[in-house]
Amino acid sequence: MGVFHDLLQDYRFTTAFVIFCVFLFLALLSTFSPYDPQRMYQVPRGLPPSLKHLLGTTWLGQDVFWQLTFAVRNSLLIALVASLTSRAIAVVIGTVAGYKGGAVDRMLMSLGDTTLVLPSLIVFILFSIVLRDWTKNFVNLGLLLAFFAWAWDARVIRSQVLSLRERDFTLVAQLSGIRTLRLVAREYLPFLLPIIFTTFINNMHWAIGMEIFLAYLGLGIDPTVPTIGTMLQAAIYRQAFFLGLWWWLATPIAVALVLFIALYWLSLSLSEYLDPRARIQRIGLQ
Amino acid sequence: MGFVRGYLLPRFVQYLLVTFLGLTAAFILPRLMPINPIEQRIAQYQAFGVYIPPEQRELIINTLKQLYGLEGTVFEQYLAFWKRLLRGDFGPSLAQYPTPVMELVARHLPWTLGLLSLTTFISWFLGTIVGGVAGYYFRSRWTKILDGIAMLVRPIPYYIMALLFLLFLAYIFPVFPLSGGAGIGVKLTLSLRALGNIIRHATLPALTLVVAGGVTHFQAMKLIVQSVRSEDYVSYAKAAGVEERRIAFRYVIRNAMLPTITQLGLSFGFVFSGALITEMVFAYPGIGWVLYNAVMNGDYNLIMAIACISVVAITTSVFVLDLLYPFVDPRVRYQ
Repeated sequence: MGVFHDLLQDYRFTTAFVIFCVFLFLALLSTFSPYDPQRMYQVPRGLPPSLKHLLGTTWLGQDVFWQLTFAVRNSLLIALVASLTSRAIAVVIGTVAGYKGGAVDRMLMSLGDTTLVLPSLIVFILFSIVLRDWTKNFVNLGLLLAFFAWAWDARVIRSQVLSLRERDFTLVAQLSGIRTLRLVAREYLPFLLPIIFTTFINNMHWAIGMEIFLAYLGLGIDPTVPTIGTMLQAAIYRQAFFLGLWWWLATPIAVALVLFIALYWLSLSLSEYLDPRARIQRIGLQ
Repeated sequence: MGFVRGYLLPRFVQYLLVTFLGLTAAFILPRLMPINPIEQRIAQYQAFGVYIPPEQRELIINTLKQLYGLEGTVFEQYLAFWKRLLRGDFGPSLAQYPTPVMELVARHLPWTLGLLSLTTFISWFLGTIVGGVAGYYFRSRWTKILDGIAMLVRPIPYYIMALLFLLFLAYIFPVFPLSGGAGIGVKLTLSLRALGNIIRHATLPALTLVVAGGVTHFQAMKLIVQSVRSEDYVSYAKAAGVEERRIAFRYVIRNAMLPTITQLGLSFGFVFSGALITEMVFAYPGIGWVLYNAVMNGDYNLIMAIACISVVAITTSVFVLDLLYPFVDPRVRYQ
């Protein structure tokens, strides 16, 4: 637990970690919800926050607090699917390109560069219109997001593998007859784990943001399934603010803000911890 | 010659390849859309109560296909697409028939270009200057405060940021107008009043882009300056008794600005997407707003034109910056 103890010295990590635990708790709480998240008019509509309805109710007769638990769960699941898949793609393409080199490397990298240079937003809108029915399911939406998120990280992993390949231990391992797959998994992966971990968090951040934006356009996930994006979209679409139901609109916005800041601080403190120069600078300043 | 073959040629080939792949993707994707513009148009006629007999229906479909450039096999359409592309002709808009797509784009492009170029420059300038000063005096209290603000603002995506500005500065405190590019019925003439109106409408979208971009530049510049200020030549200048302010501005911040110029180029695609999102939220009459409406109406030609123009714009700007980089940074030139 030494690593964890060191990380807790950073107030940003501690704050982000606590916030993340609260969100996980909320997501777990959704299993105890007394209401069905996709049904409407189950409670009186437009009630302000009270003890019975902690965050009030919406104009559609849904309890905001229990909607929120589902929204947090679904948004985190989408982000998790997207980041896990894109990490897998990035690691495979990055290590193959870095280890094989030559034509394979050039081909894979120009493929990645193409997806980097394209105006991702427009391509994304087009894809989610084309696959409208397919992306209604949140696993599929996560997969679609993953497809656009691997290129840059694959490049980073490739450059790391390139430098690992030149080290002596690779030569020793090759001469002692180790299989390539085993070499990569046993010897290279420990070096790649820090990169995978920090980019994983950044990727979750991006995926949650993209889900919210697509929901705004009415694309992506089925609008009756609560996510942070669809909750926000419903509140905007029904003019929650003009109806005076500020709690309906403020809840998803506040949750999104806190979640984004927590994820950013988590990745910031982790990458600073993993980069010894930055760590020394920080400790030296204290 | 070594420069041309070693640096210029590979980048030029890469540029052409990426542009080609991007444009091909822009051709294929809209054709996979579930919204059929011809079916939609016929449904529209029928909604007016027009009875269309089956044999006439066939005729209408053929005429519409001809008008929309959707006849022949996909491969023939693809060839025709390239022919028209090279002439800069994207055909008529399907939702606002028969206005040519290029006319719509030309009408709305100046709004996006104006907003984008102005905010890119302002955010880069403010971000690098403030970030440079903060990086040089990194122990100061002000730097810590700015750093704290940056850490809170940086993770907020464009869409949420735009929404927050809209809520606080247009709904709750109605300082700025809710949406649009100029008031309703305002003639775009060269008068002081029209100009003031345009500026008032542009403030919130611009603020969103400047804040989002400025914070990124601030953080990057601060890191660069922090590492530059510990270099030998800075200690030497200090030992030689050069004035502190002069070292900061003339020697450290100026040198550290070089790499941020490339950063400006690399982030262009991202900033472009951000501008489109911001326009959608504020209903600002630029390309983003046109794209939003085109998506809602299933307007093939318009989506394609915007996608093609953005592909070419972004690949070209990255290529041009790649070419300019050796002039800015001599280390690349001699490699």
